[in-house]
Amino acid sequence: MSQWEVVIGLETHAQLQTKSKIFSGSSIAFGAEPNLQANAVDIALPGVLPVLNREAVVCAIKFGLAVGASIAPRSVFARKNYFYPDLPKGYQISQFEIPVVQGGGLSIRVGEHEKFVHLTRAHLEEDAGKSLHEDFHGRTGIDLNRAGTPLLEIVTEPDMRSSAEAVAYARALHALVQWIGICDGNMQEGSFRCDANVSVRPVGQKEFGTRREIKNLNSFRFMQQAIDFEVQWQINEITEGRAIRQATVLFDPDTGETRAMRSKEDAHDYRYFPDPDLLPLEIGDDWITEVKAELPELPQAMQARFQADYGLSAYDAAILTASRGMADYFVSAVAAAGAANAKTIANWIMGELAARLNKNDTDIEASPISAPQLAGLIQRIADNTISNTIAKKVFEALWNGEGQTADAIIEAQGLKQITDSGAIEKIIDEVLAANAKSVEEFRAGKEKAFNALVGQAMKATKGKANPQQVNELLKKKLGG
Amino acid sequence: MSLTPEDVSRIALLSRIELSPAERETTREQLNGILGFIEQLQAVDTAGIEPMAHAVDVVQRLRPDVVTETDRRAEFQAVAPETEAGLYLVPKVIE
Amino acid sequence: MSDLANSSLGELAAALKARKVSAVELATLFLDRIEKHNPALNAYIALDRERTLAQAKAADASGKVGAQDTPLAGIPLAHKDIFCTKGWRTSCGSRMLENFISPYDAHVVEQLNAAGMVTLGKLNMDEFAMGSSNETSYFGPVKNPWDTTRVPGGSSGGSAAAVAARLAPVATGTDTGGSIRQPAALCGLTGLKPTYGVVSRYGMIAFASSLDQAGPMAKSAEDCALLLNAMAGFDARDSTSLERPAENYARDLERPLAGLRIGLPKEFFGAGMDDDVRAAVDAALAEYRKLGASTVEVSLPNSGLSVPAYYVIAPAEASSNLSRFDGVRYGYRAPDYGDLNDMYSKSRAQGFGAEVKRRILIGTYVLSHGYYDAYYLKAQKIRRLIAADFQRAFESCDVIMGPTSPSVAFAFGAKSADPVQMYLSDIYTISTNLAGLPGMSLPCGFGANAMPVGLQIIGSWFGEAKMLQAAHQYQKVTDWHARMPEAMK
Repeated sequence: MSQWEVVIGLETHAQLQTKSKIFSGSSIAFGAEPNLQANAVDIALPGVLPVLNREAVVCAIKFGLAVGASIAPRSVFARKNYFYPDLPKGYQISQFEIPVVQGGGLSIRVGEHEKFVHLTRAHLEEDAGKSLHEDFHGRTGIDLNRAGTPLLEIVTEPDMRSSAEAVAYARALHALVQWIGICDGNMQEGSFRCDANVSVRPVGQKEFGTRREIKNLNSFRFMQQAIDFEVQWQINEITEGRAIRQATVLFDPDTGETRAMRSKEDAHDYRYFPDPDLLPLEIGDDWITEVKAELPELPQAMQARFQADYGLSAYDAAILTASRGMADYFVSAVAAAGAANAKTIANWIMGELAARLNKNDTDIEASPISAPQLAGLIQRIADNTISNTIAKKVFEALWNGEGQTADAIIEAQGLKQITDSGAIEKIIDEVLAANAKSVEEFRAGKEKAFNALVGQAMKATKGKANPQQVNELLKKKLGG
Repeated sequence: MSLTPEDVSRIALLSRIELSPAERETTREQLNGILGFIEQLQAVDTAGIEPMAHAVDVVQRLRPDVVTETDRRAEFQAVAPETEAGLYLVPKVIE
Repeated sequence: MSDLANSSLGELAAALKARKVSAVELATLFLDRIEKHNPALNAYIALDRERTLAQAKAADASGKVGAQDTPLAGIPLAHKDIFCTKGWRTSCGSRMLENFISPYDAHVVEQLNAAGMVTLGKLNMDEFAMGSSNETSYFGPVKNPWDTTRVPGGSSGGSAAAVAARLAPVATGTDTGGSIRQPAALCGLTGLKPTYGVVSRYGMIAFASSLDQAGPMAKSAEDCALLLNAMAGFDARDSTSLERPAENYARDLERPLAGLRIGLPKEFFGAGMDDDVRAAVDAALAEYRKLGASTVEVSLPNSGLSVPAYYVIAPAEASSNLSRFDGVRYGYRAPDYGDLNDMYSKSRAQGFGAEVKRRILIGTYVLSHGYYDAYYLKAQKIRRLIAADFQRAFESCDVIMGPTSPSVAFAFGAKSADPVQMYLSDIYTISTNLAGLPGMSLPCGFGANAMPVGLQIIGSWFGEAKMLQAAHQYQKVTDWHARMPEAMK
């Protein structure tokens, strides 16, 4: 395996979060009954014409700015001609020679290893309808509700060298398009779909191998499986002396295998030419400036700020900005609890909260504990009202909805930390009296016995005593 | 430039127009006649000339992102060759 | 024949306003004439007396008749069957759409309905507007009312024949390479193709999107101006519709022509034009000089390339525009087929006629891999050269004049065997479509076999009012436009 190098490029179709279609006034809402959202333009009645949705262009500009690409001052819509029943006009309106977004790229991280994936381009186009293959007396049913949904097709350079890198890129892109609010990222509903161009070559060879394109990968897990299978298949083919032929393949999640698509076997000749029904799209600097102002702070900038302002590590900053939801949560928790607590907040989000969310398969957006609630909890740790141990209890109670705020739970369940030295001293005295053996052992040099005594003291206070105070007082008593 | 019978078949396939063998030959002759006629364009020096895709030199107007359409499925499907349960039906598509 | 059948739009409007005639009576008068004369001409391919009379009745009741902002209310007209017309069969002259009842109205139809005009029916045309003789219609050829053994021209042949035979006061047409002007010339009418973008293309079944433009066909320049007023206007549904202030195209009709500079392209007056056409055009130019205009020679050096450039660009766009006719959502589907591709290929083979198929195949070829640059891109560059020629010419003249067609109406079958010969009948009209310029044709005499000859006027961009002024001033001192075929009286 080590003598082969894998080369992967990804093409991603992100459905843009507009209200209406890219060239018509039909709704793009998901889930309507077949063809109820297919108007005269969408079903390509004779004589109808396309008019471009401004918001789709705004989405493309936002994306271009977010990946540091150049926004073409003038781009052109072309027709990609082919016959397919889910393509009502017999051509797809897309951008070919001059796309709206050119260049740019994304930083990805696989473990400790960071990498920059270059983008070739991103262009606006319309989605096709859906073919339903369930049995209609052996026929295929065509639903054109999706036809004309705005898409941004984002194309990378063949920069990725493993399925892990491909998945890391896809995840980063998935997070970014949601971050800037241009795509809902719903992979189940097909809002974010990837095609992977995969080839292999012997390590050291300059030329790329022949690639095969895996179509319509709609989950990160399938992407990983499909690429891994495809890579192994290609290596086997070559090893056994068979040349790879360029092909479009589908991944079958049931078998875990890829197979060539039958319908795409015809020689392609898309006969692209500028769409005479649409004029060149002009994007002036003033428009770009306007969109820039609407753009939220981007993950990279936010990471730098978190490191500088809160002293977070690069790793932590990256994790906290891995999704817009995560970052929003962190930012609003910090706003509520104060910057001095930022580090603690970060630890709690990445530790306790992430673990619980993960265990319950819940997104941070739907977290039962809100950012202000978590902030309230952390403030009580900071002001010594509760210990870390008790804090976990309070966290649990908040998660289960036992109270609205940390304060309410602490109050109701009597979890307030005991900081009165007199009270603690009294408890320690009792503990020492009841554990003479441990005291003796400690005096004989057994350090472990000290911890046992601390444990006993904490147990006696049901964990509410300030552990630091217990430590100090105990030391004083035993030493004195 | 002259079309071969294979060229004609390829174009007919791309165009999704069935041609009988007899039609293929007459079509080939006619298309070659037309291509011969447009061949004169090749003699023109067009170096440095911008292609002109539109009759007017204006830019794309943009539509506000508003849903303006209501359901007209019944009306539209009244002229469809074959529908069922709101879907257009076609021979089985194999992917 | 009632005088009303031969009246101008102004006269009809006056008669309606004075309640001398109702919209219903007027519609009935024309429907009766259609019933009598259409079988010999085949100009109308869809009629619906009930629907027409209902619309006329509504016009009578609407209060629009005689109102200032709806001067054409109550006047009947007919639409080329390329315009989607709600509730009417809209066939585009093709078997493909033989059973297509349009669920919506084209912008032009909406505008004319709103103006209170009454639809008499749908007019025959070359299939998908591809033809210059009306011989490619699935519904059979239209006959020229001046001589029914001859073609009416095309593709708006039904529109031309209907108005020439006084089976409609005016009609809509479309012009992609001369399809309004050439049949207007061959049938002795006045017809105008506006500057690209003046009339919305929404609902007009596309042939070649970057060239198609709708316009009026009428008995006179004045009627053209009035109908154009109602047809033109910005439409947000057509990205190529131009946002300009509304114009009154009749505003300059009565201004004298003194000082008008008429450019005569030397390329239009060379070999290729029949002598009878030349004589009529020369006589018309002499008349213009009498009216105070001057003539100046101009040159359009690339105009000879317009036909070959057009026969790359138009079929390329058409091949793509006509892909939607696949037998899935509407239109013809072959009765017997195997798999999906077989359904497509058979439906399209049977649904389209020979000329349409030829153009789809040529268009597919010139866009295909390896040929795009040599044909399509090359033709687009030449298109720019042709447009630049006009720009230069208009520096020294206000309008350009010349013949509309190299010959008068020819006999059926005379050119249909050789596509290229047919294409060359649009040699003088095609360049204006490539440049996006307005052009019109008006009758300027009769040639061989007493067939009408057309004079072409080409205006600069948005020069419609000036062209109409030039045509109207000529029509005030001549009566060619007022003549009508004897058999139709």
